[in-house]
Amino acid sequence: MYDIKALYEAASVEDAIRLLQEHPEAQIIAGGSDVLVQIREGKRAGAELVSIYGIDVMRGVTYDGEDAIRIGSLTSFSHIAASPIIREKIPVLGEAVSLVGGPQIRNIGTIGGNTCNGVTSADSASTLFAWDAIAELTGPEGIRRVPIAEFYIKAGKVDLRPAELQTAIIIPKKAYEGYHGNYIKYAMREAMDIATLGCSVNVLLAEDKQTIRDVRIAYGVAGPIPMRAPSAEAAAKGRPAARETVDAFARAVLEDIHPRDSWRAAKAFREHIAVEMARRALTKSIELAGGEIRE
Amino acid sequence: MYTGQSVKRVDALDKVTGRTRYTDDLCDRKAYIARVLHSTVANGKVLSFDLSEAEKVPGVVKILTCFDLKEKHYFPTAGHPWSTDPSHQDVADRLVLTDRVRFYGDDIAAVVAEDEVAAAQALRLIRVEYEEYPFVLDVQKAMEDGAPQLHENYPNNILKHTTIRQGDYEKAVQEPGLVKVEGWYETPVVQHCHIENFICFAEKEGDRINVVTSTQIPHIVRRIVGQALGIDWGLIRVVKPYIGGGFGNKQDVLYEPLCAWLCLQVGGHLVKLDVPREETFVCNRTRHSIRNHIISWVRPDGTYAARKLEAFSDQGAYASHGHSICAKGAGAFPQLYPCPNVEVDAYTVFTNKPVAGAMRGYGIPQAMWAVESHTEDVAAAIGADPLAFRRQNLMPVGYVDGFSKNENYYDSFNQCLEKAMKAIDYERKEKEYRNQTGDIRRGIGMAVFWYNTAVWPISLESTSCRMVLNQDGSFQLQMGETEIGQGADTAFAQMAADVVGVPVDRVHVVSCQDTDVAPFGTSAYASRQTYIAGFSIRQTGLMLKEKILDYAHELTRMPVFNLDIREGNIVRTTDGRVMMTLGELATEALYSLTDSRHITAESTYQVKSNAYSFGCTIAEVEVDIPMCRAKLLNVVNCHDAGKLINPALAEAQVHGGMSMGIGFGMSEKLLFDEKTGRPLNNNLLDYKLSTFLDHPTLQAEFVENPEPTSAFGTKGLGEPPACSVAPAIRNAIFHATGVGLRDAPANPHNLFKAFKEAGII
Repeated sequence: MYDIKALYEAASVEDAIRLLQEHPEAQIIAGGSDVLVQIREGKRAGAELVSIYGIDVMRGVTYDGEDAIRIGSLTSFSHIAASPIIREKIPVLGEAVSLVGGPQIRNIGTIGGNTCNGVTSADSASTLFAWDAIAELTGPEGIRRVPIAEFYIKAGKVDLRPAELQTAIIIPKKAYEGYHGNYIKYAMREAMDIATLGCSVNVLLAEDKQTIRDVRIAYGVAGPIPMRAPSAEAAAKGRPAARETVDAFARAVLEDIHPRDSWRAAKAFREHIAVEMARRALTKSIELAGGEIRE
Repeated sequence: MYTGQSVKRVDALDKVTGRTRYTDDLCDRKAYIARVLHSTVANGKVLSFDLSEAEKVPGVVKILTCFDLKEKHYFPTAGHPWSTDPSHQDVADRLVLTDRVRFYGDDIAAVVAEDEVAAAQALRLIRVEYEEYPFVLDVQKAMEDGAPQLHENYPNNILKHTTIRQGDYEKAVQEPGLVKVEGWYETPVVQHCHIENFICFAEKEGDRINVVTSTQIPHIVRRIVGQALGIDWGLIRVVKPYIGGGFGNKQDVLYEPLCAWLCLQVGGHLVKLDVPREETFVCNRTRHSIRNHIISWVRPDGTYAARKLEAFSDQGAYASHGHSICAKGAGAFPQLYPCPNVEVDAYTVFTNKPVAGAMRGYGIPQAMWAVESHTEDVAAAIGADPLAFRRQNLMPVGYVDGFSKNENYYDSFNQCLEKAMKAIDYERKEKEYRNQTGDIRRGIGMAVFWYNTAVWPISLESTSCRMVLNQDGSFQLQMGETEIGQGADTAFAQMAADVVGVPVDRVHVVSCQDTDVAPFGTSAYASRQTYIAGFSIRQTGLMLKEKILDYAHELTRMPVFNLDIREGNIVRTTDGRVMMTLGELATEALYSLTDSRHITAESTYQVKSNAYSFGCTIAEVEVDIPMCRAKLLNVVNCHDAGKLINPALAEAQVHGGMSMGIGFGMSEKLLFDEKTGRPLNNNLLDYKLSTFLDHPTLQAEFVENPEPTSAFGTKGLGEPPACSVAPAIRNAIFHATGVGLRDAPANPHNLFKAFKEAGII
């Protein structure tokens, strides 16, 4: 039995915006795998809910006009993982969201919910950061497009204005074409867990496969919100695909990240594995891109 | 013969089709919902409540606080048989609600409401004023002079201290040339995590109170509810339906007394108390964390000169099962690897933590973590092969324990080790994994365990059985021993079928224990039920058979000694002729106008024996050193549990125990905030119960030496599978990396610390 004051079901995006305007205190609910848990815990007990779960136009993975990949915000993790577009262009995103919770959660949980929560541990978020994703936000004023790194404001807070909802995640062509990536989720068990640390890396190699033309790395749980590691990126960009580069890249991570010391994991432990994860994720990404690490 | 066969579970169809009714399924929808308010300080006193806002919530029926408890009936909670000797009774230190709070989560008030939402809303609106006292969470700090005291009459918070002294330790250590090996080994607080949280409901009927509860121990619940309410025990009726696991947590009386008391405070109306998972972790029972300190003095030839164990068991805030747990592990120490000079000091100590009680293994998983980790450390210290070192020192065949009179009749340890080694290809892997380098290394390790079935001679062992013959020749079987998911009902049916001589499907097990009608028994704990129940089933079955054959004599004029019951028929043994079916006999017996009899049998058997149940685990791991994690690749348990009554169910029992051992060894630990005593991870996300993907294929092997003291050659298998898994994993990691863990579990946090200290990362 859930302590819910009222539930309004939106039939369309416009309807959702209208409901949110009529009920400014209302919480948006999609799959409910976070919101219902919070209600049960008492944190959102007695909430009014606007359900957007029935808005089918917000589901699915497609190409938009300029070959950008558009992921409707209600697309479930299992549908993302099964999408031919994701499997071809950004398989790492499918792999990352396949590590969320268990099968039931992946069937009900959505990428929009995962990002609008504003939590640092979201398995999709570090990969979206690493792929320069853009959040599409639709509200009374129309549509806004915000880079994912700006969408996250602080822990638990994202850039959603009153009566606005996230309608899609977009990954531009220039952000994915030629890139190959790897995501490592470090958790305390093999399933049904949140990340102790998540690390998503991707690379664009030069045509000879010897030089790292571009590299991007993002972490979850290395700070209050997901983050890129610019020092690490700078240490490897334009450098040869060699062990030395990988090591420099991994070490530089410590200049960027600032994980918490908490009962979930010690800061020293998180820093230790962050370096190792960067090393492994870059190595794997270079291999996936057809390169080889020179010793 | 049905015993020894993997017959289908008697409850299989109901369980897989979802027809089985558990406690919540039986509760009428008119029930009021009770929720408990728990203290938010770890040590102190409740001064006052402000209920004004909470009482305004629509649907709230009544809010009861510790100050509403007019008569204070302190009660014990351990699911032990009652002792009429006051010196052997469990400590009675609980009240249904308390103003003197001793851990973060203690029960101080309860809301009774018309539904769950109203109860939860009211709970959040109650304001409490406390007087706070300093608190202590560490077992050894709690023993220090000046530490916060939890209970009067227990100086230095020591609930009990027992010792074992054999030979002369101090003298023995003077022997020249001895190698001293010393280590500390600690196990964490873990919780049972049975799938069905504790739930009960209570309602008045006439002058009596009916309590339906998810328990392992209905007759004990009846006694304790009576004690807690201060009323005659016969006024309580306890019903135990099917339960979704217990693992020892439900071998304690949990909230049945509170629920019954709340029912009385609302005019006897039906009240349901369904404990959320978060509270199950904190406000039921946990497994004792035990810190062990072992010193061994060993000769270069691999024999022990002297050994010493100090065990500090963290009881948490109330006595519950108390020192029994630590004492069981301490008692195993001098037996598993006998040595002429031994000193053991076992302490059970109160701390401001959740209450520890029984949990699968009853002290032995903790003791084996210490003893078998230490055995590995000693072998390494003297350069001995760990297998050979164990074989050299393990309890020999013919060993008799002076207290329990248990005897090691067979070479069970070596037979189990042989079988397990073969199953996992130990010898090849042990050699292959020596002297590895690199980031990722494999290892293989073993641990044995000591266990004894049942509780004699410490406590009463009594079992009662009733058989009631039906017109069709089938019969009802009623036991005091309970089905808690382990398959007890099926094993009982198999034994009864064999003794009486009927097909197993002619035995109708009355699974539910209703204390008004079920035979008395103290129920599911101590891996005792198959062993113990076997005595009363055999005795009662023979009585039933005697009555049947007596009637068969009346009908057939054949001498009883020439008659037998075989597969549900009355058979003349001299020529094998079927004289009549048991159904024909039973119908005639019931409806005869000349000699009508209702054929039933009922008896009690007091068991005055007990049986060792030994075995081992071998585990193979892959350790990713830079990532500080171990992956379990293969694991095998081998048990000598005597003759198996049902091999398929025995295998399932071993799988379940191994799974609990994997969690205990690799991931589970309940954490507490040092600053407040607040539990930190009391939910199934943050408490790392292992998942399906954390398990390799679980292999179960058996050696079936018939147990001479047993009615069916069988002995305990409920808890033994959980006893040696964790140290085997720890020893496999040691084999892979050279780093031996002090503390369970072998999770990344502990591996990070240990690898750092060892300088390998």
